[in-house]
Amino acid sequence: MSTRTPDPRRALPGSPAAARALLGRAKNTLRRDLPFPWSPPTWPTSVPAPRDRPALGAAYETDWARRYPVRLVRAVLLDNVLRPAVHLLAAPEVRGGELLALLDPPVVFVANHASHLDTPVLLSLLPPRLRHHTVVAAAADHFFDRRWKAHLWAGLLSAVPVERHRVNRRSAEVALGLIEDGWNLLIYPEGGRTPDGWPQPHRGGAAYLAVRSGRPVVPLHLRGTDRMLPRGADRLRRGRVTVTVGQPLHPEPGEDARALAARIERAVARLAAESRSDWWAARRLPEPERTELVAGPEAAPWRRAWARPPDPAAPRPPRTEDELPWLRDRRAPWRRRGAAP
Amino acid sequence: MSPRPGYVLDVDRSTPPVLFWHGEGFRLERLPEGSRVIYPPEPLPPLPDPIGAIRRALEEPLGDSQPLRSLLRPGMRLTICFDDVSLPLPPMRRPDVRQLVIEQVLDLAAEAGVDDVCLIAALALHRRMTEAELRHALGDRVYDAFAPQGLLLQHDAEDPDGLVHLGRTDLGEDVEISKRAATSDLVVYVNINLVPMDGGHKSVATGLASYRSLRHHHNARTLRHSRSFMDKDHSELHSSNWRMGRLIAACGVRIFQIETTLNNDAFPAQLRFLQRREWEWTAQDRATYLATQAALRRLPDGLRRSVFHQVTAPYRLTSVQAGEVEAVHDETLRHVYAQQLVEVEGQSDVLTMGLPYICPYNVNSIMNPILVACLGLGYLFNMYRGRPLVREGGVLILSHPTPRSFHPAHHPSYIDFFEEVLAETTDPGEIGKYEEAYATDPWYVHLYRTGNAYHGVHPFYMWYWCAHALEHLGGVIVVGGDPAAVRRLGFKPASTLADALEMAADVVGPSPSVTHLHAPPLLMADVR
Repeated sequence: MSTRTPDPRRALPGSPAAARALLGRAKNTLRRDLPFPWSPPTWPTSVPAPRDRPALGAAYETDWARRYPVRLVRAVLLDNVLRPAVHLLAAPEVRGGELLALLDPPVVFVANHASHLDTPVLLSLLPPRLRHHTVVAAAADHFFDRRWKAHLWAGLLSAVPVERHRVNRRSAEVALGLIEDGWNLLIYPEGGRTPDGWPQPHRGGAAYLAVRSGRPVVPLHLRGTDRMLPRGADRLRRGRVTVTVGQPLHPEPGEDARALAARIERAVARLAAESRSDWWAARRLPEPERTELVAGPEAAPWRRAWARPPDPAAPRPPRTEDELPWLRDRRAPWRRRGAAP
Repeated sequence: MSPRPGYVLDVDRSTPPVLFWHGEGFRLERLPEGSRVIYPPEPLPPLPDPIGAIRRALEEPLGDSQPLRSLLRPGMRLTICFDDVSLPLPPMRRPDVRQLVIEQVLDLAAEAGVDDVCLIAALALHRRMTEAELRHALGDRVYDAFAPQGLLLQHDAEDPDGLVHLGRTDLGEDVEISKRAATSDLVVYVNINLVPMDGGHKSVATGLASYRSLRHHHNARTLRHSRSFMDKDHSELHSSNWRMGRLIAACGVRIFQIETTLNNDAFPAQLRFLQRREWEWTAQDRATYLATQAALRRLPDGLRRSVFHQVTAPYRLTSVQAGEVEAVHDETLRHVYAQQLVEVEGQSDVLTMGLPYICPYNVNSIMNPILVACLGLGYLFNMYRGRPLVREGGVLILSHPTPRSFHPAHHPSYIDFFEEVLAETTDPGEIGKYEEAYATDPWYVHLYRTGNAYHGVHPFYMWYWCAHALEHLGGVIVVGGDPAAVRRLGFKPASTLADALEMAADVVGPSPSVTHLHAPPLLMADVR
């Protein structure tokens, strides 16, 4: 992790450079999450915590984050800080956003997951009546493993912990109870951010909740967030994000969670194909080609990463001599003045 | 609160990095999600009155043996044999269990008026113990009473006058053991049963035997058919020893077996973090770990080794039983399993383990590359009952610096074995053709008999110890090892665990299942 702050030992005391250096160091210290064993160990999700240990992970209680004062503060932050920031950084383009106006909440939003930016982007794009009544299913082992993290994400994004590596009755019951109380749920069925840019197989949690609650599933697809803040990155880049909204999927009578999960996965894949071309082209693609297009080749991780197509929204760096004519001129810059082109 | 049994942890994103032993140091490694970590059971509560327990065991023997008191009489020839420096590991704090037991045996012998008493360290082909090591094991009182009189002996497997050939088993195995023991009216053998392999008929049939006798079970064929040699009922090594032990008994050698088991309290309080599960490390544990690592990094190799070899374990006695060999051993195994057994569901593609600074053959010495292989592929790989932790064709990943260094006084034949034999072949079946030359080399025999050297053939035995693992595995990778030494062993070197796992995937396929053996303290996997 490189930091571009001046060395405070070299800066004159009291000078702006010294102040900047000190500020940079303080920021680095705050930002850096000291690794174990410098910091206390996290508690494995599969190990029952002792009674005297504060309830974290899937056992963390988030009721406080849905009380009115907290909701009010969150709404102010979402509307006045998060939304402008997202629009400034990501300039999101929404395709099919008109479908959101037709939704009859509560619903289950499902989306592909490529970046920690996905949740802020999606929340900022939802209409206010949905945005302020949406809870986000967040990995209990990642967002709720420390007390400060659990408070932060529950308060800021109305996150609720879900167990993603095994079936946890408590997680499922909490999420179901929230949907029945009228809360929309945003969940990422891939269970985590993609490691290589290609989507991962879906898990059945979202479909299970939809079948149990009888509420529709709204498929969403995000493209571009992984280039702004990919997995493992520590610096946010500006970029362009495209969010594609699909038709709500209602659980059919007698349809089980497995069948609905497959339908959800196909719907998100279709949105992925659509985001690369257009709705009609994506519809006309045969299923196997669409799968290959959106799921990537079955190969080693580096080959999967290699096979990713360039983002059409990303500006291509000019490289040819036609685009940069001065590349043809091999003379030193000071000799070029006055020379014939 | 009763001690917790062993535990199999499913690694997820919340799992903190896992401690790997790495020779005279440690590594904290993050294992892939979905891996398993097998933690040993916590130390069992010790016997509240070990002296009283030993006394009771001698008075109330198991099997068809009479109490020791009634076996002792004036004018008899009594030989007390005991395990050598290879047990326990790390050496236990004084008083050693051998001292506690032998003092009581000697008390009874003195009461009975037995004059002809001799103590023998049952070395087999191991190196002779130093005076300090003998004093540590037996206590000053015993040492000072017997050593000056020449009555504290160390078994010499090359002494033509000190051995006696008792016959051959049904399968033609020669049984040749110490003449002093064979001609005694009573042999009392004092065991420390740290692992299930120890004890039983193996004590006398191996500990007091000669090369001529040992070669019948210390060979590639026998050890390939010992699955594992920690599981007596499925071990050809033990079958052979049991045949020999029964022949010894049939020849009239009367053995009074005393076996002891220890709990898992292998490290002192200063190194408490070694026995804790990482997510339970307190601030003190973390500070100790960081301070230990920082100090170890700054120490030269020799000093770092000395520091580790100063560590003594606060082991405590969990059981003691005495009497007829087989009855005693069955009871002992029950206690060893109670301490060490951990149930594990199924095998995995890859098994990882961190190797510590010590194995049975480098106490106060250097862990050379051959011993690294023996500890990983011989001892820890075989710590299973049922099936190995890794599937056939799977990969074993070891973490050890594997320095290409040897103790010239303790392991002279290892140096030549490493340079000559392993340069030719690493196949345990093939190396047998060189065995005779090493076993009978007069210089090695001289060093074994008069110095503190392991027998010339000992490195071959270490390699045979790996035979089952080498046949079973599809590959062995050593993380952080000296590349040249690792390649000489026939293994692959890797810089990091991540690299090793990627290399393992080439052998076992993508996304392999991984199991990490979190030992020592020791555990035995009961693989279903």
